Amino acid sequence: MSHQTPQQLQQQALDTLASIEGRELSRKERMQLPQQPMPAQDPHERRSTMSEVTFGYSEEQAQIEAMRCLQCKNAPCIDGCPVRIDIPAFIKAIEDREYGASIDIIREASLLPAICGRVCPQENQCQANCTVGKALKDPFQSVSIGRLERYVADRDREHSGGGVPEVKPQTGKRVAVVGSGPASITVAADLRREGHAVTILEAFHRPGGVMIYGIPEFRLPKSIVDQEIETLKKMGVQIKTNFLVGRTRKLQDLLQKDGYDAIFIGTGAGLPKFLGIEGENLVGVFSANEYLTRSNMMKAYDRSHADTPIYQPKKVAVFGGGNVAMDAARTAVRLGAAEVNVIYRRTRTEMPARAEEVDHAEEEGVIFHFLRSPKRILGDEQDRVTGIECLSYELGAPDESGRRRPIAIPGSESTIELDTVLVSIGNDSNPLITQTTPQLQANKWGNIITDENGRTSMDRVFAGGDIVLGAATVILAMGEGRKAAAAIHEMLSSSGSA
Amino acid sequence: MNRILAKEQLSQQVFRIRVEAPLIAEERKPGQFVILQLDTSYGERIPLTIADADTDEGSITLIFQAVGRTTGLLKDYSVGDEIENLLGPLGKPTHIENFGHVVAVGGGIGAAPLYPIVEAMKRAGNRLTVVIGARSRELIILEAEMQTLADELIVCTDDGSYGRKALVTEPLKELCQAEPRPNLALAIGPPIMMKFCADTTRPFGVPTVVSLNTIMVDGTGMCGGCRVTVADQTRFVCVDGPEFDGHQVDFDNMLKRLGAYREQEEKARRDCRIEAVQR
Repeated sequence: MSHQTPQQLQQQALDTLASIEGRELSRKERMQLPQQPMPAQDPHERRSTMSEVTFGYSEEQAQIEAMRCLQCKNAPCIDGCPVRIDIPAFIKAIEDREYGASIDIIREASLLPAICGRVCPQENQCQANCTVGKALKDPFQSVSIGRLERYVADRDREHSGGGVPEVKPQTGKRVAVVGSGPASITVAADLRREGHAVTILEAFHRPGGVMIYGIPEFRLPKSIVDQEIETLKKMGVQIKTNFLVGRTRKLQDLLQKDGYDAIFIGTGAGLPKFLGIEGENLVGVFSANEYLTRSNMMKAYDRSHADTPIYQPKKVAVFGGGNVAMDAARTAVRLGAAEVNVIYRRTRTEMPARAEEVDHAEEEGVIFHFLRSPKRILGDEQDRVTGIECLSYELGAPDESGRRRPIAIPGSESTIELDTVLVSIGNDSNPLITQTTPQLQANKWGNIITDENGRTSMDRVFAGGDIVLGAATVILAMGEGRKAAAAIHEMLSSSGSA
Repeated sequence: MNRILAKEQLSQQVFRIRVEAPLIAEERKPGQFVILQLDTSYGERIPLTIADADTDEGSITLIFQAVGRTTGLLKDYSVGDEIENLLGPLGKPTHIENFGHVVAVGGGIGAAPLYPIVEAMKRAGNRLTVVIGARSRELIILEAEMQTLADELIVCTDDGSYGRKALVTEPLKELCQAEPRPNLALAIGPPIMMKFCADTTRPFGVPTVVSLNTIMVDGTGMCGGCRVTVADQTRFVCVDGPEFDGHQVDFDNMLKRLGAYREQEEKARRDCRIEAVQR
């Protein structure tokens, strides 16, 4: 489908609204309403800008999309949501133009709607279960729940500045929250609301975790993340940057010397994995983490201001098929790479990335090589990358993840000439805290072991997010944070007054 | 935060500063480093080894050579100025024990990170031979400090302008030839120097520890930019190091990786000079 401008989409929406003006819609009519496409920048123009690709719905588009919801009594969408947002209720409020009520309904379950509306893999969660998508026999025709969530969150931010949640009187209890990504932000907000003193300890110079260093501006504007951090500060949460727990201070010292009553560890999955193939340490091979951190957190894309250099690629290969791989590929496009190739060993169907990101990458000219996997990286005598050698694959029987296992085809080697490789095959958990805290039990992958409420093997220490789950999503991290915050609050409340 | 308490110029491009950093001062151990950033919005993050610390004052000492964008700006900081971001201590501390006879080799500014290690090795009861070397006399630093710790101090310069006219590998080789052989060699300095020190001690089987200073962004294990090949395995200097068995490090690959951003770095230096001229 060719690109439609926001103005064209708005005109279509106005026409649709005019055709149904004032009428109570039947179930059948609701299902016949056209799904509202997301207004976006022209694909050609966005190849050279970091600004956000999608603009968000207009009010009219949001109205129509909300009308598509059938208000199912059994609400299967809620079962697909990791934090169980009352989706039909918030959508009904949009249809009734009760936007304040709508955001309040979302906020009961989710703390970061502007972020989750943008980065959640809705097609595998709420929208996968949507009755409309099922009836139309196309999950991509489901009600666009994520876009509606984003609409009310953005509208709230623009109209009322987001507001600051009420904070209960001081309990006298102190909690240290390690890291400042989605799990930690959730824990900090929930516990602060209950009146506990909360201090976030962040290793980097800027809080926000993966939403700052990992997810690029064109997918999640940093101003949105900054505003969530500002809200925490207004609630009275203290944020200490340049504080690496395990090194600047040992975990047990926070409890024993610094007098914290509880700790939440939300340090994420920060250790980039490599394939272990020949040539991986050549000049021009980067982890996606490094490439994205340079561009996002260090702002290397802003060449006239930033001190941090970033490699100037001409022809790029990205290894992997997740969201981070899409972010790396599309960042390379924006930094001027003439050709960006994504190498993925299964097919498009199995790609873990959000469908929208894959579509956007393709629109921006990223080339996909499915059923291929790198065998080695080739270099010259200066150890600079000159190309990659790949093997072709076919799909065999499903593996433990339920996806069909890729099997290499012997003798199918082929080479692609290029100068830069971005490795994006996932992250392991950062070993620092577990290494420096022997009492803390971790599994063989270094993930901290917890019970269902985030309780670790160490008294008064909780954990959640990717450090427990392995690399996952913002919404899952947030859900984990919620549970841990509730357990911490319960523990602090039952341990008497300080 | 991170106020500069004292500043001293050790040679034309080498400076020593004492920075208020009570938490880092309390936790730091020999061999560890910090990441420093001068401007939160657009500055780069650079690793610098901790040369000393004073827990009573709550300060750490950093010694740096003004060679890049950030160190070029830092050299113009005065006492009372604050460093916006300082993270540490990072990396694994040096393994300190009584080995017997330890030879410690510091090349150029490498004498700075070597100093706290030498101090700790001395306290652990080792006999210490310290070799410090540089291109010429004005680049020799910490001679007096090393003198107070070393059982024997050998100073050499490439051009013979001070001490013995030799590369540090020459006295190192002689020390390895002596019987009994040293129990441990430590080499910290430019990568090429550490490579040749490791090559020098290898035939004598003298265990050799080197401290690597590769390109880093975060310094906490997140980016992998600092990775090196050690014994055919990929290791991260920031969390697995910075110290490694010098006989196992693939220095050739490391040297090439250090040049990954040479073009951009040269451009930054040119821009820096243009700015200086314009001022």
